[in-house]
Amino acid sequence: MAKSSELKAVLTSPIVNNNPIALQVLGVCSALAVTSTLETAVVMTLAVLFVTAFSNLFISMIRHHIPNSVRIIVQMTIIASLVIVVDQVLRAYAFSLSKQLSVYIGLIITNCIVMGRAEAFAMKNKPLASFMDGVGNGLGYGFVLVIVGAFRELFGAGALFGIEILPLTSNGGWYQSNGLLLLPPSAFFIIGGLIWIIRTLKPEQVEPKE
Amino acid sequence: MSNKHETFARTIWVVLAVCLACSIIVAGSAVGLRSTQLANKEKDKQSNILAVAGLNTDKTSAEIFDSNIQTKLVDLDSGDFVENVDSKNYDQRKAAKDPARSIKLSEQQNVAKIGRRANLATVYLVSDDTGKLQRIILPVHGAGLWSTMYAFVAIKPDGNTVEAITYYDQGETPGLGGEVENPRWRSLWEGKELFDEQGAPAIKIVKGQASAGSTHEIDGLSGATLTSNGVQNTFTFWLGSEGFGPFLSKVQEGALNNG
Repeated sequence: MAKSSELKAVLTSPIVNNNPIALQVLGVCSALAVTSTLETAVVMTLAVLFVTAFSNLFISMIRHHIPNSVRIIVQMTIIASLVIVVDQVLRAYAFSLSKQLSVYIGLIITNCIVMGRAEAFAMKNKPLASFMDGVGNGLGYGFVLVIVGAFRELFGAGALFGIEILPLTSNGGWYQSNGLLLLPPSAFFIIGGLIWIIRTLKPEQVEPKE
Repeated sequence: MSNKHETFARTIWVVLAVCLACSIIVAGSAVGLRSTQLANKEKDKQSNILAVAGLNTDKTSAEIFDSNIQTKLVDLDSGDFVENVDSKNYDQRKAAKDPARSIKLSEQQNVAKIGRRANLATVYLVSDDTGKLQRIILPVHGAGLWSTMYAFVAIKPDGNTVEAITYYDQGETPGLGGEVENPRWRSLWEGKELFDEQGAPAIKIVKGQASAGSTHEIDGLSGATLTSNGVQNTFTFWLGSEGFGPFLSKVQEGALNNG
């Protein structure tokens, strides 16, 4: 089972081939909220990556002991604990970022990706493979978040990581920023565009007509 | 799943074990990181106060707070300083929730939509190295479109002229209402006068551009009418009789000139 090629496949397939946002369309809610700047998108990615990886690891470790009747609750307890730890660490070491991300860190608990991977993968696979699956899905989530965040910050605020790239007219430059991109709905359009591009390149992802 | 996992006793046992392990981790991280978190909060607040204090020194922020900035409490109803409460550890937000230490604002009074107002407010007196009073920093807050917006306003010792303003805690739309943090917009406040000649609150956020030479008008934020209204309401309230009105009129009469 734990052959390195299989592990690698588990790690890399969620990035493009089986992307949690683009193919499974999970976790879109937070993708709308935290992508107005690149920096928050990256921190959110790291937080989600940490939570999916370790929740998968711990759940996989005790998967033979989890009673079937209460498995969702046990998964939630582990995920929620990890999210609280992430929140506490951010508040202690990245205060201004945790202020910007505010409630969305806490809402990782409800992010469908974390729960979905725990239920679909970690309950059936060995700890190491589950951990890799968690990292892979975190990266897949981050891949979309970073693209959306870069696009929104560059064209909405004329900057990347807060560093001015296109000088804004409001600061005496020439670039008239696109206000729509700073609002959450714009992430819908960008994610929609991404899904379109990915499915054009990989036609096997298109669902069959019903 | 085999049957041995499904007995009632075993289910309870597993759930209890998971809960115990998780609660130890959560409690451990919360307690272990608490001091760093509190220090961060304090530092964040101090850096915002320093941003409007306008001091030109190379001292560290802790030194400035020791030597140049006095934290005082003002009784908002009378406008007098209160000395018998520890000003360093006073938490105005907490006090505003405590019925014994705050008042509920009536519908007419609740201009800034904050519901309750603490009886005591923190003010910061900034003096230069010779001990001469330079600026008075007032904390204000009021509802914007999505969030309660918190700001520090630094005024001259005349109790009327704005030196600087900073919004340090708000959750408005980034790029639109969030532009209350934009340095260019904040710089528009410099030199504006809070009160008119009759002593009534006169700060006015106007749609579009403020008329040239006006001492009371400030440009509204484009695309953020409701946030601009929130800023207007915040100032209307905090300059009024339920806000810093009584304190500022005493300042204007020269209450702080003795030191």
